[in-house]
Amino acid sequence: MNIDVTGMGSLTVVLIMAVVTLATRWGGVYVMSFVPLSAPITRFIQAMSGSVLVALLAPLAATGDSEARIALLTTAVIMLILKRPLPAIACGILAAALMRQL
Amino acid sequence: MASANAELHQLDKSLIWSGFKQLAPISLFVTVFGAAFGLAAVQAGLDSTITVAMSTLVFAGAAQFAALDLWGPHIPLFTMMITVFAINARHLLMGATLYPWLSRLPAARRYGVMLLASDANWAMSMQAFSRGKPGLGLLFGGGLALWIFWVFGTWIGTYFGNAIRDPKGLGLDMVMGCFLLAMVVGGDKSMRMLFIWVVAGLSSLLAYWYLPENSHVVVGALAGGIAGTVLGDTKQ
Repeated sequence: MNIDVTGMGSLTVVLIMAVVTLATRWGGVYVMSFVPLSAPITRFIQAMSGSVLVALLAPLAATGDSEARIALLTTAVIMLILKRPLPAIACGILAAALMRQL
Repeated sequence: MASANAELHQLDKSLIWSGFKQLAPISLFVTVFGAAFGLAAVQAGLDSTITVAMSTLVFAGAAQFAALDLWGPHIPLFTMMITVFAINARHLLMGATLYPWLSRLPAARRYGVMLLASDANWAMSMQAFSRGKPGLGLLFGGGLALWIFWVFGTWIGTYFGNAIRDPKGLGLDMVMGCFLLAMVVGGDKSMRMLFIWVVAGLSSLLAYWYLPENSHVVVGALAGGIAGTVLGDTKQ
């Protein structure tokens, strides 16, 4: 099902996103008041919330232009070295900008 | 899990204010991330009001950036919901780990405090509990600080986003990708996680090439989740 972003469409999407997010903020507490989360479920949730980001990024990296790939590579390397997101993201963007200006 | 003793679940104005002040320095960075989101959102075609509304109501950086990837003239609603749910599923674990203390609050306060749960203030509040200090003021007051600066930063970002004429030349089309990648690389790193990422990445690519449009996020998230479940927890 697709929603058109004309008129109230985009606000509807934002509201739906807000409700889904709220469900995750409340859900863990709510479920715990009946039964503690089991170890396999905890592992599934942990693995899934990282995997979804990887799943989003994989096609970006595989199909992006070389500037996009250099930007992602720069961010990954700096993040591994400095372990701080802000400089890692900034350098990634800078790398793409420099390559596009050349 | 630490046992909840009598007074650690306390929550009053002074604890909330102290939590607000402790998270305020971090909030400077949150403003910058918010600005990056605002900028990226305007480039993805969202108007400023909708962008600020999203930061105000959703208040979840990674999920909001991911939503931009799915944004277009027609938004696949189901995929959007699954994506937002999967990224924010870690909130479920935050709620579960805070439960020993939250359960001592009346229901309205218990769920009210969780409105502002996010990574930084959750981590600080768990740290406080583990040191035997009250942590819910950090969770709520700190969350309030993060939320205010996130919305403020977003608003600034939309302002600049509308003023910049050649965003691609400045590399600004990469804000979303670089942000999400920094989140991935900054997370838990081990052979186990690497294996999970490889499974998620490969299934996502296969789905991207061979399955219907927009299914890759859901397929990759589920495949990675299943890999993590089957693999067990090698850390313990």
